[in-house]
Amino acid sequence: MTLQRFMDDAISPWMREDAQDSDIVISSRIRLARNFADAVFPVIADSSELEKIREFFQKEYAHQSFETYDDFEFVSIRDLTAVEKLVLVEKHLISPLLARKPESAAALISQNEQVSIMVNEEDHIRIQLYYPGFQLTKALEKAFALDDWLEEKINYAYDEKRGYLTACPTNVGTGMRASVMMHLPALAMTKQMNQMIPAINQLGLVVRGIYGEGSESIGNLFQISNQITLGKSEGDIVADLQGVVKQLIEHERNARKYILKQSRENLEDRIFRSYGILKYSRIMESKEAARCLSNVRLGVDLNIIDTVSRNAMNELTVLIQPGFLQHYAKNTLSPKERDILRASLIRKRLGEED
Amino acid sequence: MECQECHQRPATLHFTQVVNGQKNEIYVCEVCAKEKGYMSYPTDGYSLHDLLTGLFNLDSAGVSSSHQKAFQDVQELECPTCNMTFSEFKRIGKFGCADCYETFAAELDPIFRRVHSGNTVHQGKIPKRQGSNLHVKKQLEQYKAQLQSLIEQEAFEKAAEVRDKIKELQKIADSTDKEAGDDA
Ligand SMILES: [Zn+2]
Ligand SMILES: [Zn+2]
Repeated sequence: MTLQRFMDDAISPWMREDAQDSDIVISSRIRLARNFADAVFPVIADSSELEKIREFFQKEYAHQSFETYDDFEFVSIRDLTAVEKLVLVEKHLISPLLARKPESAAALISQNEQVSIMVNEEDHIRIQLYYPGFQLTKALEKAFALDDWLEEKINYAYDEKRGYLTACPTNVGTGMRASVMMHLPALAMTKQMNQMIPAINQLGLVVRGIYGEGSESIGNLFQISNQITLGKSEGDIVADLQGVVKQLIEHERNARKYILKQSRENLEDRIFRSYGILKYSRIMESKEAARCLSNVRLGVDLNIIDTVSRNAMNELTVLIQPGFLQHYAKNTLSPKERDILRASLIRKRLGEED
Repeated sequence: MECQECHQRPATLHFTQVVNGQKNEIYVCEVCAKEKGYMSYPTDGYSLHDLLTGLFNLDSAGVSSSHQKAFQDVQELECPTCNMTFSEFKRIGKFGCADCYETFAAELDPIFRRVHSGNTVHQGKIPKRQGSNLHVKKQLEQYKAQLQSLIEQEAFEKAAEVRDKIKELQKIADSTDKEAGDDA
């Protein structure tokens, strides 16, 4: 009944671990795109070809273990309900694209939800690995080990000149996308974020707002990742990303200090108002929830609020999304019903913290 | 200064690129810059999608009719393994299989340059099992370069050590090559 546990717990076990710089960097992720050498890519493959690959993964890897990743759970997308798919997407265990591909798409998920190997997404294989906080080097090391483990049984599409061959030209070479999720409220408040994004882009990195349009971010959560996959080694790509993330951490810390010094009362007021809204509201839209959670998270990080844990914040960020709400309700919900349930779940979770 | 690509028009654009670890100075005209994919990224926010949809618009105004002719021929390239044509590849922005890379090889450098900041050659990981020959080959290249510089520095004792390592590795390389040959 592992799938049930993936569904019921909003917070993945790996997220509970305390980690370096986790007041600003929420998580680090490495994703590797791989393909079979002797099968056409999923984009144009017919159903029997895709099914052969799905069956191969089920036969070879379901309930297998690798190092600390015990007993991989094999999940076929076609066996999931719409709400179950949505929940796995909201937990980042599968991609939205995989969820939309019912035919022979699948995922191997580790028990601690740190590793997810997607099958028949845009590429045959997408290895995805998360670490809490700022731990890209560790994540890369583990991703390479998992890659070698799969390669014991699979002939990869690889070319000496072009590297790992992928369906999309934007992934060829290393096939790697390294990314970090950062909470940058002080840079957003002091309007520095918009000025920094073009400079970050020039270094071959992409900044994306989470839960917003383009680089806008409602909850001040930003994803930074590499654009280039060809002509630079994985180690160099990660090192460059780390360099920029370190600078962003420093800028964010300075901006937090600056705001505390210049207008402590205003900041405290903003944080406690948000806390009040979360604790007492009866109807809560997702945008308002994201905005308030960001303020309260900042309050926790700055020791302005000491009655709430960072884990509660991480949990609520996942919990308040439409898929999770409907999973809890065991029912499909209208937007209004969702807003009411969202408010009640937040009240309940924050009540547990007191 | 004349354009280093066509040697006809004056070079109006200057790019500095770090390609496969080496710094290149490039002086080209606007037409060649577009055609060869030297145009760098826009400096403000862009998405992967913008990049992809803009990816293949290399055939803009100013390309001569002979270029247009060549362009037609290219569109008819078809991958023998998956039947993907070059024009279909351009339309969907995705390869159909590993062999497409070989089939469209002549057309890919400008596209990769554009997407990957001027790079066309992989620098990273080699598959552990499949690439064991490649690992040996890469290591051999490194040792040979090392040997060369040691000889130039007249550090003959060290050079002899490296030479032994090369002999050792060469044996491994030769034996795996032979195995591969026996297999076929
Ligand atoms: Zn020219
Ligand atoms: Zn093909």
